[in-house]
Amino acid sequence: MSALLREMGERALRLGVPFSAQLDLTYRCNEQCVHCYLDHDDHGEMTTAEIKNLLKEMAEAGVFILTFSGGEIFLRKDFFEILECARSLTFCIKLKTNAVLIREAQAARLRDLGVQSVQISIYSHRPEVHDAITKVKGSLRRSIDAIRFLKSQGLKVIMANVLMAGNMQDYHGVRALAEELGAEYTLDPTITPMMDGDRSILDLNAGESALRELFRDEMFVGNAEEFCAPPPPPDAESLSSLPCSAGHTACYISPYGEFYPCVQFPLSCGNVRQQRFIDIWRDSEQLKEVRSIRLKDLSGCSQCAHGSTCTRCPGLAFMEGNMRGPSTADCEKSFARTGIPSVNLLAKKEKAAPPRLVQIQLVPAITGNRLSGMSAVA
Amino acid sequence: MYVARSPRIAARMLGEEMLVMSGHDSTLFTLNPTATILWQAADGATPLDEIVERRICTEFEVKPEDAMRDAEELAENLAKHGILLISEQPIVKPDAPVRGQR
Repeated sequence: MSALLREMGERALRLGVPFSAQLDLTYRCNEQCVHCYLDHDDHGEMTTAEIKNLLKEMAEAGVFILTFSGGEIFLRKDFFEILECARSLTFCIKLKTNAVLIREAQAARLRDLGVQSVQISIYSHRPEVHDAITKVKGSLRRSIDAIRFLKSQGLKVIMANVLMAGNMQDYHGVRALAEELGAEYTLDPTITPMMDGDRSILDLNAGESALRELFRDEMFVGNAEEFCAPPPPPDAESLSSLPCSAGHTACYISPYGEFYPCVQFPLSCGNVRQQRFIDIWRDSEQLKEVRSIRLKDLSGCSQCAHGSTCTRCPGLAFMEGNMRGPSTADCEKSFARTGIPSVNLLAKKEKAAPPRLVQIQLVPAITGNRLSGMSAVA
Repeated sequence: MYVARSPRIAARMLGEEMLVMSGHDSTLFTLNPTATILWQAADGATPLDEIVERRICTEFEVKPEDAMRDAEELAENLAKHGILLISEQPIVKPDAPVRGQR
């Protein structure tokens, strides 16, 4: 992130402006990724007119960076109509897509409309691995073709590599592929629970030893010794810092108009079909609560050694049951990075320990005819 | 001289300043209040001297010749970054290739 963009983000925070937003246009998808957190059925997506009206409201509220995502955005027949409307309102547009439906004509149109970047999910450089994750044969080839079309139009392409147990060994290959195609590369080793709270897909997460190896790979982390160093204890400044931009300068809107602090934070704050975007942003009690939380308010985390360096996601914490609690996925990352267990992990370990059958207890010395003793307590 | 906002930029007011992102390399700029007035008035149809006379000189205490010189310099700079189009003729269709657009 450029220094100026960071400065503008800070200014937006001071002014209470929703600087960036993600709008999912649909949850429908032409891939069926094994780790996807969405219900792909259409439960009543916003119409073209509703979305155009929302875009006007978002522009008036000050949204500058607007990400269109899904589901697969190109499944909406009105996608380019929506995009044209958004560009006429001078948003900085970012797209997230699997790109399977992008051919030469679509790439040229995206270029003409001045899209800032296109992020494409690539899970492996090997078709047998990528296609097994998307469950669509030929999907890697289609996505790579699309990257070539987009690059030939001079567009910025980012290859997003979600890592899980099944493709962990391939990230060097994906990075090399990105280099070959002239695309940027980003990786994310976090699988998130389903939006409905189902946590079974978390079993797909890469294990601790794989994460430990990743966090010591200097190609990705720079100086591994520095990256994995024990964190400094949280100071007064970090204790009063904000957890992240969710609800502060960023927000998320679902295809059904539900307003959340972030795509990973399914706390409903209102619905843009019933209320104006700016009214929800300013007046939602849920958003006010999210905005009130500082590190010092977090149970466990405020006393944790990782407090100042943890990547704790408030949305994942919310999905774990408490937006003021820890996010175990991030505790695990901190542990894999430094080898130091978080307060949360220690508590979980303690809780999971089998009950002791026999406890030896020292009994204080008793004066009189008994000198001292040990008692066995069942 | 005629000036028009490039159709390939992203822009939003943030407080008193205009935030503008170039469409060709994503470079980010902020325009101060004077530059923002000029940029907002750059419709391709109004000559720059008229913009300066009607929008700048009425807002700020500045000599018209100084304001015009500054405005021309600013327009040239913005054009170099592809966020403003400059032409000796009215710019009817802002996406037509003219100076300042790459």
